[in-house]
Amino acid sequence: MNITVCVKQIPDQSSPGKLDPGSHNLVRDGKLILDDSDSYGVEMALQLAAEAGGGEVTLVSMAPNGEVSGIRTALAMGADKAVLVSDAKLAGADALTTAKVLAAAIKRNPFDLVIAATESTDGYTGTVPVQIAEILDIPSVSFAKKVELSGGILKVQRQTELGYDQVECPLPALISVTAGVVEPRYPSFKGIMSAKSKPVEVLEASTLGIEPGRNQEIITVRSAEERSSGVIITDEGDAHQQIIEFLEQLKVI
Amino acid sequence: MTLSKIWVFAESTESGITSTSLELISAASKFADHVEVFVASPEPGYSEIVGAYGATKLIQVTDVNDRLIGTVVASAMAQLLSGNTVDAIFFAMTPEGRDCAARLSVKLDVPVLTNVVNLSVDGTRLVSEHAIFGGSEIVQAGFTGSSPAIFAIRAKSFTAESRGGMPAEVVQVGVGDLGSAGKARIVEQHLEERSGPKLDEAPVVVSGGRGLGQAENYKLVEELAKLLGGAPGASRAIVDAGWVPYSYQVGQTGKTVKPNVYIACGISGATQHMVGMKGAKNIIAINKDEDAPIFSIADLGIVGDVHKIVPKLIEALQSRT
Ligand SMILES: Cc1cc2nc3c(=O)[nH]c(=O)nc-3n(C[C@H](O)[C@H](O)[C@H](O)COP(=O)(O)OP(=O)(O)OC[C@H]3O[C@@H](n4cnc5c(N)ncnc54)[C@H](O)[C@@H]3O)c2cc1C
Ligand SMILES: Cc1cc2nc3c(=O)[nH]c(=O)nc-3n(C[C@H](O)[C@H](O)[C@H](O)COP(=O)(O)OP(=O)(O)OC[C@H]3O[C@@H](n4cnc5c(N)ncnc54)[C@H](O)[C@@H]3O)c2cc1C
Repeated sequence: MNITVCVKQIPDQSSPGKLDPGSHNLVRDGKLILDDSDSYGVEMALQLAAEAGGGEVTLVSMAPNGEVSGIRTALAMGADKAVLVSDAKLAGADALTTAKVLAAAIKRNPFDLVIAATESTDGYTGTVPVQIAEILDIPSVSFAKKVELSGGILKVQRQTELGYDQVECPLPALISVTAGVVEPRYPSFKGIMSAKSKPVEVLEASTLGIEPGRNQEIITVRSAEERSSGVIITDEGDAHQQIIEFLEQLKVI
Repeated sequence: MTLSKIWVFAESTESGITSTSLELISAASKFADHVEVFVASPEPGYSEIVGAYGATKLIQVTDVNDRLIGTVVASAMAQLLSGNTVDAIFFAMTPEGRDCAARLSVKLDVPVLTNVVNLSVDGTRLVSEHAIFGGSEIVQAGFTGSSPAIFAIRAKSFTAESRGGMPAEVVQVGVGDLGSAGKARIVEQHLEERSGPKLDEAPVVVSGGRGLGQAENYKLVEELAKLLGGAPGASRAIVDAGWVPYSYQVGQTGKTVKPNVYIACGISGATQHMVGMKGAKNIIAINKDEDAPIFSIADLGIVGDVHKIVPKLIEALQSRT
């Protein structure tokens, strides 16, 4: 069973994000890391491939400047190889363009299943995975919170607004998984060492036959109205009284 | 009016058209003369409610069966679009809304503007607003290409207002076979039972986070919510940990709430949590770390231990009744 996992490499989220004042694109300088959200997809792929008795786990990523740090993390977890699309022309690409690029990258290797995260941490449009499925003309099950494979059929608990749906789907297919679907492993020392020699194919958009277009634009960026903080007190044993008084003022009680 | 026609994908549950869908219909009726609503249900009564909120037409997609709604409705829309001029299509940022918008965007080769929190008219096009970096900055964006413009809109961005409109004209469409894309099937639906007011409609929301320490302690949150006539909510950390179901989650990937009072117990205030509750009129936060980001938006912040404060608060409220 061959599984392809989409892994996004993003700026470290511990430092606040910034938009470039000229282009309005997210500033992506400095080292990129594997999006936490995608570590669940990588783990899920490794588990499903092992259960199926083998097959390759391939990563696909689109990132600027030939960035591979995040890919190496996922290879260190146990993925076999990767395809990276890196091209200055793709800077500021919208989600649809990203999906076209990733779909073309996915097609370079045989796959039975494609896994992505429900949404990325930095762009969080949550549309790329299902756009990929539509381009590849395969079924998709988004918001997967539990995934099993039996007899070539995916059995997925798909989160809904009101609970979950039990969904069945034949392969090939795409699933987007929620955080918490599995517990991602930490790369072992051996994994980290072997990741360095695993193959990463680096491509440009034109090799995939993609000419990025633009049909949405950012018009302005402004600071939101600050919500100012009010009173901060330290509990001296009577904080509950202060809460009660506040609720009384608001006529909630 | 500025625009001629807007389509809205409305979602429904056993209790009718969702409140988020009514918000979208209300918003659309402010911008366009013709508001046509897609719904994946044969329920005839919906023509009255969507009409009241401003829809002129109700398009019922009749052959969803056990297929995923987003995939089916995207096909219905793509089919009806040929020979139809539509300025914009509105989706909610729900699982179904995102599925549908994503599939449709590929069919039409038009990107989707997502996480929209406001819309306004600029000349003859709609301009959307997006709250980024946890809501500290607002980005305005618009489409430059040909129509339709596709917007995926966050809940509670608009108010649902009945305008007392006439029932919408009803038409029915079927989509037939969807090929490979239609092969995913729903074999069973699980509804999570909840009692008390709905999380996104309750006047008071009490949410718990990892600071509660263990699943057991969530009952403090439930008890407090009940005493205040409110609904219990949660951060993603404790949903992922399995303490409470996903339907309790407040934030970026969960519910957007705008109650009169929001009480955060042991929640740090990650940007993804704050986008879901920043709109509350009054925010009370209890956290033992005085540097927790949640305090930056709290009207009343208590630096202290939830395990000490919440039980006393519950007791004090009980003794009042
Ligand atoms: C604040 C902000 C707002 C934005 N708003 C919009 C918008 O409204 N509309 C729009 O079209 N674009 C938008 N963009 C651009 C969009 O984020 C990028 O196009 C991005 O390349 C892909 O979208 P995403 O991260 O939102 O993907 P999502 O759909 O949220 O990603 C889901 C999953 O798809 C996979 N995936 C996504 N991107 C990659 C990648 N580069 N490499 C490998 N796997 C990947 C990962 O598994 C990821 O977890 C926005 C960007 C920012 C920073
Ligand atoms: C793509 C994406 C989407 C996300 N969507 C959401 C979302 O929809 N909703 C959401 O909530 N999160 C979301 N998150 C996760 C978010 O980033 C945070 O990880 C999460 O909100 C943290 O939850 P928490 O505040 O409960 O936990 P923590 O951040 O661990 O905070 C626990 C807090 O409890 C305090 N505490 C500990 N003990 C006590 C005590 N005894 N008394 C008082 N205080 C105590 C600590 O000081 C700390 O501030 C998302 C993340 C990503 C990447």
